[in-house]
Amino acid sequence: MIAAFIHRAVMQGIPLLFGSTGEIITEKAGHLNLGIPGIMYVGGISGVIGAFFYEQSLNGAPLNGFLAVMIPLLSSLLGSLLMGLIYSFLTVTLRANQNVTGLALTTFGVGVGNFFGGSLIKLVDTDMPSITLTKTSAFFSKTLPFADELGWFGEVFLSYSFLAYAAIIIALISSYVLKKTRVGLNIRAIGENPATADAAGINVERYKYLSTCIGSMIAGLGGLYYVMDYATGIWSNDGFGDRGWLAIALVIFAVWRPNISIIGSILFGALFIVHNYIENLSMSDQELFKMAPYVVTLIVLIAISMRDKKENQPPASLGISYFREDR
Amino acid sequence: MSGNAAIELKNITKVFGSIVANKDVCLTVNRGEILSILGENGSGKTTLMNMISGIYFPDHGQIFIDGEEVVIRSPKDAFKYKIGMIHQHFKLVDVFSATENIILGLEKKGKYNLKAAAAEVKSISEKYGFEIDPMKKIHEMSVSEKQTVEIIKVLFRGADILILDEPTAVLTPQETQKLFKILRRMRDDGKAIIIITHKLHEVLSLSDRVSVLRKGEYIGTVNTAETDEAQLTEMMVGKKISLNIDRSEPKELEERLVVTGLDCINREGVKVLDNVSFTAYSGELLGIAGIAGSGQRELLEAIAGLQSLNEGSIIYHDPKTGKEENLRNKTPRQIRDLGVRLSFVPEDRLGMGLVGSMDIIDNMMLRSYRKGKSMFLERKAPKDLAMQIIEDLSVVTPGATTPVRQLSGGNVQKVLVGREISSSPTVLMAAYPVRGLDINSSYLIYNLLNEQKEKGAAVIFVGEDLDVLIELCDRILVIGSGSVAGIVDARNTTKEEIGLLMTKSKTSEKEE
Repeated sequence: MIAAFIHRAVMQGIPLLFGSTGEIITEKAGHLNLGIPGIMYVGGISGVIGAFFYEQSLNGAPLNGFLAVMIPLLSSLLGSLLMGLIYSFLTVTLRANQNVTGLALTTFGVGVGNFFGGSLIKLVDTDMPSITLTKTSAFFSKTLPFADELGWFGEVFLSYSFLAYAAIIIALISSYVLKKTRVGLNIRAIGENPATADAAGINVERYKYLSTCIGSMIAGLGGLYYVMDYATGIWSNDGFGDRGWLAIALVIFAVWRPNISIIGSILFGALFIVHNYIENLSMSDQELFKMAPYVVTLIVLIAISMRDKKENQPPASLGISYFREDR
Repeated sequence: MSGNAAIELKNITKVFGSIVANKDVCLTVNRGEILSILGENGSGKTTLMNMISGIYFPDHGQIFIDGEEVVIRSPKDAFKYKIGMIHQHFKLVDVFSATENIILGLEKKGKYNLKAAAAEVKSISEKYGFEIDPMKKIHEMSVSEKQTVEIIKVLFRGADILILDEPTAVLTPQETQKLFKILRRMRDDGKAIIIITHKLHEVLSLSDRVSVLRKGEYIGTVNTAETDEAQLTEMMVGKKISLNIDRSEPKELEERLVVTGLDCINREGVKVLDNVSFTAYSGELLGIAGIAGSGQRELLEAIAGLQSLNEGSIIYHDPKTGKEENLRNKTPRQIRDLGVRLSFVPEDRLGMGLVGSMDIIDNMMLRSYRKGKSMFLERKAPKDLAMQIIEDLSVVTPGATTPVRQLSGGNVQKVLVGREISSSPTVLMAAYPVRGLDINSSYLIYNLLNEQKEKGAAVIFVGEDLDVLIELCDRILVIGSGSVAGIVDARNTTKEEIGLLMTKSKTSEKEE
């Protein structure tokens, strides 16, 4: 029972982990990307589009395992990269307001997702308001081979698909890069004080583009994981829910550290589903439980503000456009 | 002399719009020498140094390094020629350690190794006698430690021509002495050091030679050993120029504002006002002279109710009722509710004075919005006022509904001053009201101030141009390091007298 709960919590947490890792990389370079929910949504639908046409092109013949994974994966990365490019062009090159741009991008991304989702549903001509890609999903949700044989240990640690492990590895690598490498030092310097970074000879614009686009691509994988593994290949419009916003909340919870985000995402996942595991909850109580991740985030925000430790604060120039000639 | 000149400037000229920041400046700095660049505010010292360090590019002139002509287009080029500049405002990342800041942006081959870098920082510190913990975070450091990090940063990059822009402005006397010791050690190590300052006693105690700039022009270079304060002051302020500003005799002097014993400690814990006392009379124009940042801003803001004070009183004598009110630690609104007609033209026109994105009418309303009775805005009166100011002060604008940000500096200032004097103030304070203005606009502002004085207002004028202060004001209060260095009669004073008062800070008195 507990093992099953943890298993579900991790499944819930992985999309949030992708989203928050991507957002942390972006925020560390000083850009508050509120477009993450939209980007994750586009990441999801792009993968669905790729998988859909691959499945259709085979007319029912068995899928090639490698292509079945690579096509959705690459189309997902491409979709979220495009979203990241739109965001960076607007906020880095044109210096548009980051909050407005981000929110617009979220609205836009959800619209794009629903439009293509609806179009694909029309193509297959079914009564169901969803697209079913069970065959592709089978490849995406393959677990480690000996997961079933090891009892609760297998269920808690080994029973996930490759994208879940990728999420954790990406988070760890991001942590390392941000903390221990020259590139990370440069990114952090830009997020804290772009004028100083500029004076030190760092190409501020290039780093901002890079971290925003890479961040977007990582976040987009969260959308892909959600459709292909968590939702077992069934895309229904608006099914992604609030996960994008939870990912942004998770960034604060993790105090801008991808490695803490790993634990945080599982905790958020657990809080997100815990109401299913408590018996005899009324509808209204369930809604109260769904608030839990946000309440936890608020508490963390208050806690880090009260402790007032500089290292735990958001990057100092987060959300502020940098323009060299402004003095 | 040209044999070991580390850097030589020939006829450097830089123009910003219509303002000549540097005109035909020639300088030479040798290795193993400390050169001071002395000049008042706005004399072009920092602009000149920014051209050496690659931030600006000169319009004319040549720069030679070790006898070869070079072109410095960016800070990176400057690094290449081993020029390092320590800015007045530190360029450091707060949450990084000293070492992280020092290696930031360096493109070294090989592995990123913080420990090795820290060791190198340590060895540089030991060589020159810095006291620094390489792993300490910047936000935990004192100002002097931050400056040390900046200096090590340029040394780490191998700089052997160092430029320091007013390095002692933020230091205590002890820290200054420590810094000087380090600078002398670097000089003895063969580095060429340029230090920008306006503190005479520092120039005399530290440098080998002094170059003087005045209003962008190069005045000359003297050997420190062969000069004294009087000569340097004269070079710095120059001969008196006649400006022909109309000045009326003050009449019907009445005490209007009696300020006694103001003490103010700012948020950084620095004492910015120290026992400041003076009296401003109605019908008189009181000038305030001093090096920028000597407490002028805090003084005016304290009177206007924007700065809380630790000690002292500001007594306002009401001309109508004869009542006395203490304005200390009152808010601007409380001051106004007392019936005090106080007008303030702040230094920061588009920050504190006007709202840049709002039009002229709306900016008029900022001062009168509380007069309205209905819940809707009453735009008639402010509109009339705006039109009147545009006409009376010949503000160049497409109309009263143009956002003030789109006006030129002089016109912005006219709008602000026009608004402030429209309430016929009994006390009018203006901080650097002609900064950045052309001659005609400046004279218009001078005349407006004079007009207010004749109407019986107590006018307080903070200025930087000594010629203007002497010709415009009745009395001049000289402020130095937050305390009153002297109050002189503007009709019987000289620029040298004021200049000496300005630069004679408390620290120099203690040393002597």
